[in-house]
Amino acid sequence: MRLAVLGAGAVGRSVVELAGEYGHEVVAVADSSSAAIGANGAEPLDADTVLQRKEAEGVVGDADPDDALTAEYDALIEATPTTLGDAEPGFGHCETALQRDRDVVLANKGPVAERYADLRALEADSGGTIRFEATVGGAIPAICTIEDYGADTVEAVRGVLNGTANFVLTRMAAEGLGYEHVLAEAQDLGVAEADPSFDVDGTDAALKCVILANVLTGGEPEFSLDDAEVEGIRNVPGSALELATEEGRTIRLIGEATRDTVRVGPRLVPENGPLAVTGTRNIVQLDTGHAGRLNISGRGAGGPETATAVLADVGRLE
Amino acid sequence: MTEESIEPEATPDGGQTGAYTVRLELADEPGELLDALQPIADNGGNLLSIFHERGNLTPRGRIPVEVDLECHPDQFETIVDALREAGMNVVQAGREEYGEELTVLLVGHVIDTDLSDTLERIQTQSAASVTDLALSAPEGTEDVSSARLRIATAADRTDDVLADVREVATEKDLHVIEPQLDRGDA
Repeated sequence: MRLAVLGAGAVGRSVVELAGEYGHEVVAVADSSSAAIGANGAEPLDADTVLQRKEAEGVVGDADPDDALTAEYDALIEATPTTLGDAEPGFGHCETALQRDRDVVLANKGPVAERYADLRALEADSGGTIRFEATVGGAIPAICTIEDYGADTVEAVRGVLNGTANFVLTRMAAEGLGYEHVLAEAQDLGVAEADPSFDVDGTDAALKCVILANVLTGGEPEFSLDDAEVEGIRNVPGSALELATEEGRTIRLIGEATRDTVRVGPRLVPENGPLAVTGTRNIVQLDTGHAGRLNISGRGAGGPETATAVLADVGRLE
Repeated sequence: MTEESIEPEATPDGGQTGAYTVRLELADEPGELLDALQPIADNGGNLLSIFHERGNLTPRGRIPVEVDLECHPDQFETIVDALREAGMNVVQAGREEYGEELTVLLVGHVIDTDLSDTLERIQTQSAASVTDLALSAPEGTEDVSSARLRIATAADRTDDVLADVREVATEKDLHVIEPQLDRGDA
C-alpha cells in the first residue's frame, strides 16, 4: 500500500523506516513544519534520505505539511502528538483522508479517545476505514483481539498501560526509594519526559482505557476523557509500597474499561500475579464471556514497537 | 462430624455451622463486655473475634462492639434472644459470610486524622470488620504515612465497602489504594 505518514516523532520515523520491510511504499511524510512528497505525489520516497534530513536539519523535506494530506496515498498514518478536547490537528487530518475515501491508521490517541463518534460518523460516509491498534499498549494486539473475539463477548479490559508510571512504581518498590528520586532517575534514562504529568497523573492510561471502552460499546455510549475516573501515582509514598510488599503485593497503576465505566488508579495487585509487570512493560488483560481470562504483555511504547502495531493495521486493510 | 466439617470455610452455603456477626452497644461499665459474651458461650457459640473500641462512643454515648461468632444456624436465634434477655442492646445480628477479605491502603495524614475514627466508620458504615491494621510512618506520625487495612466482608458487598472506604477517605483527604479485585477466573 502507499502510505502518507503524518508526524515524524519516534513512531512516525519508525513507520517510514520499516514500511518497506512490510511491502509498503511511503509516498509522503510530514512533520509540523515540513513535508517530503514523492514525485507526482505518488512515487515512493527514499526512507533513508527523509530520515537523515530529519536528523540533520530537523525537517523532512521542502514541501508544505498540508501537501502530504493531498498526496496519492492509500492509507494515512496519523502519528502526530496526542491532543485533548477537539483532538486537532489530528482529527482534521483523519477527516481529510476519509473524505477522500482513504484509509486512516492512527497512533494518535486524541481523535479516538476524545471524538470517537465523530470519527466513526466520518468513516460511515467514507470509502475508507479507520484502524487504531497502535493507540493502546504499543506492540500489544489489544484492539484486534477484542474485535476477533467479538466486542460483545468481552466483559472488561484492564491492564498496565503506561510504561513510565510502571517503571517508577517498580523502582520505588525494588529500591525503597521515594517518588521524586525515582522520577528524576527515569528522566535521566529517557523513560520519563521533562514534564511527566501526562504519564504519572494517569492521563495517558486513561485515554487508552477510554479507547478500549469505546471499542467495547461500539461508541454507544461514547466515552471521552471526561468520563474517566483518574488518579495518578504522585500520591503513592514508599511507605505504601512497603506495606504492600509485606503482604506479597505491590502497587501498579491499573486502568480498567468496561461497558459502563473507565477507571485508572494505583491498585494493590499480587506481587507475582500477571498484572505486576515490571519496568516499562505493559499488560492487557481481557475478561471474556466464554473463554475466561486472557493476558497479553509486551512492550507498550517505543518507535519500532508502536510502528509494528501501525503496520499490522495497514496489513489488515489490504 | 469430622473436624473439617465445622470449619466455616468448609460449609459456605447452608452447612452445619455458619459465621455470624452481632453488633452490640454496651454501656461503659465494668464487666459489661464479659456479660455480653457469656450468653454466646452459654448457647454454644464459638467466638471468632471481638472488635471493642473503647475510645469511640456512639451518638447515644455507648460503646460499639462487634462480635464475630460461629454456630449452628438453629443456635443463632437462641444466642440473640439470650443477649437481649441479658439486657444487651443488639443493634444488628445476622449471618455474615465474610467470605471476602479486602486489603486496602490508606495514604496521607492517616494518623493525625483520627485513625480510630476512620476504622470505626468503615466498620459501621459498611457492615464490615477490620481484622488487621498495619502502619508505616517513616516521616513521623504527623507527616504522610500509610495504613494497610484488612477488611472482612461478605463477597457481594465488596463494591459497597470500597465505596464507603473511598467516602470516608475523601472526607479526611486521604488517598485510597484499592485492591484490584479478581472477579474473573484468573
